[in-house]
Amino acid sequence: MTTQSILIKSGAILAGDKKDLYIENGVIAEIGTNLSKNADITIEADGLVLLPGFVDLHTHLREPGRENAETIETGSKAAAKGGYVAVSAMANTLPVADSAAIVEQVASIGKIVGLVDVFPIGAVTKGLAGEELADLGSMARSKAAVRVFSDDGNCVSDPLLMRRALEYVKQFDGVIAQHAQDPRLTEGSQMNEGVISSTLGLKGWPAVAEESIIARDILLANMVGSKLHICHVTTAVGVEIIRWAKSQGMAVTAEVTPHHLLLTDESAKSYDPIYKVNPPLRSQSDVEALRAGLADGTIDIIGTDHAPHPVESKECEWQNAAFGMVGLETAFPILYTTLIKSGAISWQRAAEVMSLTPAKIAGYSSHGRPIAVGEPAHLAVIDPKGTTVVDRALLVSKSKNTPFHGMEFSGTVVATIFAGRLTHKVGE
Amino acid sequence: MKHLLSIDDIDRDFAITILDTAAEMARVSEGSVKKLPTLRGKTVVNLFAEDSTRTRISFEAAAKRLSADVINFSAKGSSISKGESLKDTALTLQALGADAVVIRHPASGAAHQLAQGRWINGTVINAGDGTHEHPSQALLDAYTIRKHLKNGSGDLQDLHIAIVGDILHSRVARSNVLLLTKLGARVTLVAPPTLLPYEAEKWPVSISYNFDSVLPTVDAVIMLRIQQERMSDLYFPNAHEYSTLFGIDLERLSLTKPGSILMHPGPMNRGLEISAEAADSPQSVVVEQVANGVSIRMAILYLFIAGSQVQG
Repeated sequence: MTTQSILIKSGAILAGDKKDLYIENGVIAEIGTNLSKNADITIEADGLVLLPGFVDLHTHLREPGRENAETIETGSKAAAKGGYVAVSAMANTLPVADSAAIVEQVASIGKIVGLVDVFPIGAVTKGLAGEELADLGSMARSKAAVRVFSDDGNCVSDPLLMRRALEYVKQFDGVIAQHAQDPRLTEGSQMNEGVISSTLGLKGWPAVAEESIIARDILLANMVGSKLHICHVTTAVGVEIIRWAKSQGMAVTAEVTPHHLLLTDESAKSYDPIYKVNPPLRSQSDVEALRAGLADGTIDIIGTDHAPHPVESKECEWQNAAFGMVGLETAFPILYTTLIKSGAISWQRAAEVMSLTPAKIAGYSSHGRPIAVGEPAHLAVIDPKGTTVVDRALLVSKSKNTPFHGMEFSGTVVATIFAGRLTHKVGE
Repeated sequence: MKHLLSIDDIDRDFAITILDTAAEMARVSEGSVKKLPTLRGKTVVNLFAEDSTRTRISFEAAAKRLSADVINFSAKGSSISKGESLKDTALTLQALGADAVVIRHPASGAAHQLAQGRWINGTVINAGDGTHEHPSQALLDAYTIRKHLKNGSGDLQDLHIAIVGDILHSRVARSNVLLLTKLGARVTLVAPPTLLPYEAEKWPVSISYNFDSVLPTVDAVIMLRIQQERMSDLYFPNAHEYSTLFGIDLERLSLTKPGSILMHPGPMNRGLEISAEAADSPQSVVVEQVANGVSIRMAILYLFIAGSQVQG
């Protein structure tokens, strides 16, 4: 891997003082003012904000098995374009990432691509079937050193199995990332259950199907003293339950997706399956509760739930369409537009939810570090005055299933630096 | 207006225009020459991706009486049953030069998707999509009610209409709620709570769990079919209990006021939601609904295909 030297001129670290950064051999070598360096690349960053490179805890890269939707390479490119330096590859591939061999394969392809760190997430149960534990210990001890386990897409709904999983991963300080969805309450469900689903004749997905699992698992994790991460929280009551748990000192972390911070079930009125996602888009009051929860620390991180699907999976009847939307390339502009620009969250908080905390939850020790001399050079360079107009044709993800096509957001990711190398630059 | 996808697509005045036009069409059907040349040279495709007898033959009869060329495209034995996508079916219909597509589909929203104009240019008439809507059924119901209770003209102001049964899965109920209230009627939904859509109280309707208490004030009762598969899905304890609480028989029918009518969109489960005696009683207009269906569909095809230029 060739190394580059990069000089960033007058970038505002976390939107604070303007500094020059000199990056060499993958680390931040110097920080100062008016640094004079003969670098391979110089980035004029006057007016731009420097954030620690983003870390996604929830990414579907689809490889192996569904390379028609995304590959580790195309997903890595999309991540780099979105300011990400690390992604967590969900286990619902074909075959499922439930063994050391698969997670090592994913990690190794990620390294070869080399645009972001690809950390495989291991399945909690064999084949995501929810019946018996996957090879959790083998995956933890493998070269991929898996620490986050999830059946995402499916809920670990059996309470005994969930308890055992939480207990078992304590031996290697693992965390269970739960996709909270009671399967019995959501049989055939298509969209948020409410007056809109009733009027559209699309089968409802009750909020309680999510909230009851969140409550149950918080209590289970607390009882056995293990680490629980709640994937993609979508409801106001879910936020309230997590807020209560944290007030009791219980160890739980939670994520929200960019799309749940912005879109509501109103969009289903078009019957356009581009808006079909699991968990579903909820109501405006839920959106507001999620934003408030992210701002006050109840919700810890942004997870993209980047879920690529080929055209034919969305160009069909709503009930036959696949769940999911791509999100890596649009995550930051949505966060900036919905919360940072208005001052609802600070730049420091933005760094926490996009980088520091996800890295901490997953134990990605080289990520989510302060922007300081000697630290790994993982950076996202942001133009807060820039405008991002989403055009699905310009997405670098292999799949184009974005619900944001044609929408305009404030803030652009101008450049991404991963391990001291420029992996994305606007216009290049 | 080009498509009829939902009752939401039409306003009160246009709904009345459809009913008035249907009345004229009925006079044609009663004459010795049952045919009008209105849609000569137009091709109407009946795309029925779900089993249906009465709606399909009703639309077919309507189109033929307007002299349209009719192509029937049914699920069984067609490329649809072989897994062809809605998109590819639509592209095929476009290539055939369909001026209008009458679509019945098991997926809610299928008619909307067809009408987006990306796949076909023709007029789309929703003949029932999933558990969403069935606008022509609601229009024929309104026509039937108006004929009996409003001397066949104007709107349905001040009438009280009960819709009874499996509201949750009923596209007929959804279209009727929109249309009957648009025409000024008061609508009460009668069903066990398990068969009411979530937050149905946000619709412009009253809700009752007590059929007997509603009957004395209603002008029309629309009974809905109970699908056999609901039995095994925990919606109610058993068929007998359902029938006892929410079925209609002569005893219940006697609670209604004189002149009130009993309706059912068919096909009926005699002995379940409706007793044979009630179905065949003088108050029952079930057979007449079928005849009115042809007139309404003639009016719809006429106004949405031939008349598309005059409505702007």
